[in-house]
Amino acid sequence: MKKEEDFDSNLSGEEESSDNPVGAANAEAREKWYRRFRKGITTATAEKKETPEGLWSKCPECNYICTTTELKENLFVCPKCNYHHRIGSEEYYEILFDNGEYISLFDNITSRDFLGFTDLKPYQKRLDDIHAKTDLKDSMRVAVGKIDGEEMVIACMDFEFIGGSLGSVMGEKFSRAVDYAIQHKLPYMVISKSGGARMMESAFSLMQLAKTSGKLSQLSDAGLPYISMLTDPTFGGISASFGMLGDLNIAEPGALIGFAGPRVIKETIKKDLPEGFQRSEFLLEHGFLDFIIDRKLLKQRLKHLIVLFRD
Amino acid sequence: MPQYPNRQFLDFEQPIRELYEQIDQTKKMAEKNTKIDYSSNIQQLEDLIVEKRKEITANLTPWQRVQLSRHPDRPYTMKYIEKMTTGFVELHGDRNVRDDKAMLGGFAQIDGHTVMIVGQQKGINTKMRQQRNFGMANPEGYRKALRLMKLAEKFNKPVITLIDTPGAFPGQEAEERGQGEAIARNIYEMIRLKVPVICVIIGEGASGGALGIGVGDRVLMMENTWYTVISPENCSAILWRSWEKKEVAAQQLRLTSTDMKGFGLVDEIVPEPSGGAHWNYTEAAAYLKDSIVKALNELKNISPEDRVNQRIEKFGRMGFWNE
Repeated sequence: MKKEEDFDSNLSGEEESSDNPVGAANAEAREKWYRRFRKGITTATAEKKETPEGLWSKCPECNYICTTTELKENLFVCPKCNYHHRIGSEEYYEILFDNGEYISLFDNITSRDFLGFTDLKPYQKRLDDIHAKTDLKDSMRVAVGKIDGEEMVIACMDFEFIGGSLGSVMGEKFSRAVDYAIQHKLPYMVISKSGGARMMESAFSLMQLAKTSGKLSQLSDAGLPYISMLTDPTFGGISASFGMLGDLNIAEPGALIGFAGPRVIKETIKKDLPEGFQRSEFLLEHGFLDFIIDRKLLKQRLKHLIVLFRD
Repeated sequence: MPQYPNRQFLDFEQPIRELYEQIDQTKKMAEKNTKIDYSSNIQQLEDLIVEKRKEITANLTPWQRVQLSRHPDRPYTMKYIEKMTTGFVELHGDRNVRDDKAMLGGFAQIDGHTVMIVGQQKGINTKMRQQRNFGMANPEGYRKALRLMKLAEKFNKPVITLIDTPGAFPGQEAEERGQGEAIARNIYEMIRLKVPVICVIIGEGASGGALGIGVGDRVLMMENTWYTVISPENCSAILWRSWEKKEVAAQQLRLTSTDMKGFGLVDEIVPEPSGGAHWNYTEAAAYLKDSIVKALNELKNISPEDRVNQRIEKFGRMGFWNE
């Protein structure tokens, strides 16, 4: 079974920590008989043999191993068990827009540490660190392009960026995306993948729930369709606002979606949660999704829906 | 409100308890020595209590402010309804699952206006606290609130919400019935509501659970309350990976009424009696009533379309970024 994920920790913007002092001590004791004579790496850097990074990919669900190229050709869906790997905005745009062609919108809006928020690290430092590591400007990108010939505005989250957290920038980009859709009379889709609100922006991040809902109200008055696509994972402020407000709410298979995280619920009710709790299939069963769609069928279905809404 | 010795004291309120104890002792002495008049001594101590109340609330840390918002003697929604309004008729149920006791509401009259009042309700003793689920509503609570707000809209009555919640309930059934969807729907519908909407944080304003009844033309905060995206305890647990940093988290989150007003995220701070609302319910309710009536009179002259547009624009301006 898949290891239970504490996705809350993604919101702190830290890398997963694998340090386990107790485990390390046990391992040391077990391997006492087998000690190297000299510590450290003795091979000179010049003689180091290079292996390309990320050549192989292992499915976290069924452990099936395939080449990254094969996985990519399969739209990052496990060829064996249909597990939908987590992907970012770039991959979704590549998959959905014709010939991978699209126009990025509002890319120049970036986060600012207005509050001077410091937890284990200053918020500004966190932002700088991520900007140095990735090309991402923030946790959401907006693009306009053609889905099998039909133009659409798609906002998509990047979980890599502080757990896809909802802050002022996401709220503002979302709002402008709606304005753009209204101005050009285009359908709007949001692909969510987020742990929830960005705590480093405190109440400002909370208010984005109201801000985005207000924009959806205007989109609705303009008679344009809004599709909310939920992917693994979608929690907190997203599901308590635009994530659940789609004219259609749809999801990828097996995605974990909810308001409160499973760990918090378990601690509150002091009981184990049922198998499949908060998965897409569970939400569909309880009436909160219109349908679940395989990544491979998404583009085709979107095109069909756009036509249905319009004609 | 409870009178000494039934009053409860927070750690930073201990100097007040000591003064009460001194009064007690003085009264006992007065009983023994009937020849000496102690009344001026008692009066002096009582004045000192008022002074001390003022002094203590003047220099609170954000975390102490959070503690004050959760003071066990603090007035809750029902108390304010009792003190501010007349003719309250409580209305129950979401017409779907059940009646959520953590959320209450109904029609009432305030200063000649018929209004719909909705708010979370905490219990006043152990049994009631459980029954009210500590003010943590389930989806049916939010849907009941929405039903009542739509009812008010139909009959063109303003909506007043009183917010006091440690958060929406994080339970298994709450998820099954769509806690996220319920809150999302409320936020969406509230921002479009055609009647005036006034929201007041009267205690704890925790995240989506608060915002689920917190989108209005005017959002007010009582002086000793907090309002932000997460409770300081949970923020500490997630960002600091420890339950020990709640004081720092409270400070970093800038969650007090002064901060929130300064950021323009709330419109007005409602003053409280010196020492906090738990010292005088009548006085606290009178201040709140003043603010609500003032807002009602301001809002009634704006057309419904303008009100909705202004509401959307107001929340639309919230946020900060570089460009």
